[in-house]
Amino acid sequence: MAKELLKGNHAFAEAAIRAGVEAFYGYPITPSTEFLEYMSRRLPELGRAFVQAESEVSAINMVYGAACTGKRVMTASSSPGISLMMEGISYIAGTEVPAVVVNVMRGGPGLGNIAPSQGDYYQMVKGGGHGDYFPIVLAPASVQEAVDYISLAFDLADKYRALVHVIVDGNMGQMMEPAELPPMKEIPKEVPDWAVSGAKGRDPNILTSIYIDPEEEEVTNLRLLKRWKEIEKNEVIYDEYEIEDAEFLVIGFGTAGRVASSAVRQAREEGIKAGLLRPITLAPFPQDRLIELAKQVKRILVVEMNSGMMLDDVMKIVQGKVPIEFYGRMGGMTPLPDEILDEIRRVAANPAPGAKDPRDEWIIRMDKMLTGEK
Amino acid sequence: MVATTEVIYQRPESFTDAHTHYCPGCTHGVAHRLIAEVIDEMGLRERTIGVAPVGCSVFAYRYFNMDFVEAAHGRAPAMATGIKRVLPNNTVFTYQGDGDLASIGMAEIMHAAARGENITVIFINNAIYGMTGGQMAPTTLVGMKTTSSPLGRDVETAGYPIRMAEILSTLDGAGYVVRRSLHDAANIRKAKKAIRLAFEAQERGLGFSMVELLSSCPTNWKISPQDALEFVAEKMVPVFPLGDYKVSPALESLKV
Repeated sequence: MAKELLKGNHAFAEAAIRAGVEAFYGYPITPSTEFLEYMSRRLPELGRAFVQAESEVSAINMVYGAACTGKRVMTASSSPGISLMMEGISYIAGTEVPAVVVNVMRGGPGLGNIAPSQGDYYQMVKGGGHGDYFPIVLAPASVQEAVDYISLAFDLADKYRALVHVIVDGNMGQMMEPAELPPMKEIPKEVPDWAVSGAKGRDPNILTSIYIDPEEEEVTNLRLLKRWKEIEKNEVIYDEYEIEDAEFLVIGFGTAGRVASSAVRQAREEGIKAGLLRPITLAPFPQDRLIELAKQVKRILVVEMNSGMMLDDVMKIVQGKVPIEFYGRMGGMTPLPDEILDEIRRVAANPAPGAKDPRDEWIIRMDKMLTGEK
Repeated sequence: MVATTEVIYQRPESFTDAHTHYCPGCTHGVAHRLIAEVIDEMGLRERTIGVAPVGCSVFAYRYFNMDFVEAAHGRAPAMATGIKRVLPNNTVFTYQGDGDLASIGMAEIMHAAARGENITVIFINNAIYGMTGGQMAPTTLVGMKTTSSPLGRDVETAGYPIRMAEILSTLDGAGYVVRRSLHDAANIRKAKKAIRLAFEAQERGLGFSMVELLSSCPTNWKISPQDALEFVAEKMVPVFPLGDYKVSPALESLKV
């Protein structure tokens, strides 16, 4: 198939359709609304289910219901909408049914704004809903990558009976890029043996997240954790750029990682041995690779569109073995390649910072930048 | 002469052998039984998917011999929607209490009805939160004492009981909305007919169907089972009048 010029949200929706999604339940919210609009036309055309729910709370619980039938089901929303969905997300995780949730992130907290952000890292990667559970989190950095990983998201959801989040920022939902869509997959006819479909010729299937006996809940928690350990072992994905002889490692995901790759290219042109690690699975995080790279490089620069959320994970993994610096833009601001290039130059030229938290010195630099002080 | 015996009454196939956890005198058991009998009579068991609520009937799935899912508090109509839209040929019903349906789940029930979602809802109205130990419900009567309205429901601060059957019947998507009571045998028989019609409505694709059942909660009302049934008849029925609030013309001629 040939490449087409596609709007992010439309491309993601079509990718999900071609991956065999049989139902979409959602609620309008900027900057993900085109996802819902696209589904509202395409799914009925194909004889599949679409409902514009009365709220995100309801939408995710519709997803929960359909997930219990074993069919491929999803929703897409943006940050405040995802907050409302956290109830159902926890139930889906607790019931061990597969579902895919796309978050086209925007500036926050609160109503925030509709500009691109990565401020939902904690919410998506660390759980967000109540209880012990472990979502798989994919963070693509281009429309094409999102198209590819949305298919994978459904496969992983089915493989592990797990919740898979695909997180992109508003840039990716709104921008148009050339991308190649996959061929249409056949919808599988067989029903998974755990799904509800009517107890014909078999014992009833009961799908619930309630384990009123704490001993049973603990067994369930342990099962979820063991499954997560399998996922950590098998499903780590990341991208690297100019990494082989890198002395200065830049780490960024999604749009921030993509902008950082331009900055790394420019830094190389200036003779700075910079390289990029771009985690694509934020959960499971490419921990082993980062441990290896921490032995190789002199300094690490984490770049995010938030206040340093993945930074905490990087610090935890690197354990002080290499100095870490941070550059973030927040509130719906997207960094430019030049900003990151300046950071790479600074990190390469200056001795390691003294502060314990890389954010401390970054805050001082941010204050200066925002007030125009030199 | 050879004596022959004929089975005229037995446990419905749609029931499991489990003993319920319901309190003595509670009408949940009666409501469950009526649903199971109707599903048996209509031959729907093997394609029915039930949606249990949060509340005293949270374990309803233990008692029904059929596929079941367990919803979050108030979200059963959303979950049922999600299921029914991908399995339109299955029978899907929710079983919800008054806190679940008329308080935390108000948005879900209203919009499921407004969409004409082709599901059946059995709504147990006993004017109280049972599982959490007797707090004020949206259907608690004015002046009624609960653990969270210890001086009696005061309309100045806690407002008035909500009449769900009446409200839902105003929505065009509703095909069958009635209120019945479980306080005596005659009313139980009428309740069963209503449940039958509600499932018939779903079978015929007539849209949203709901049977509201006035029910007793002797434990949390802190009165005897017999007094509780009398309370339903004397105090609840005047506030929640029994009757047919919406009956699709396609059901009117149906004899069950």
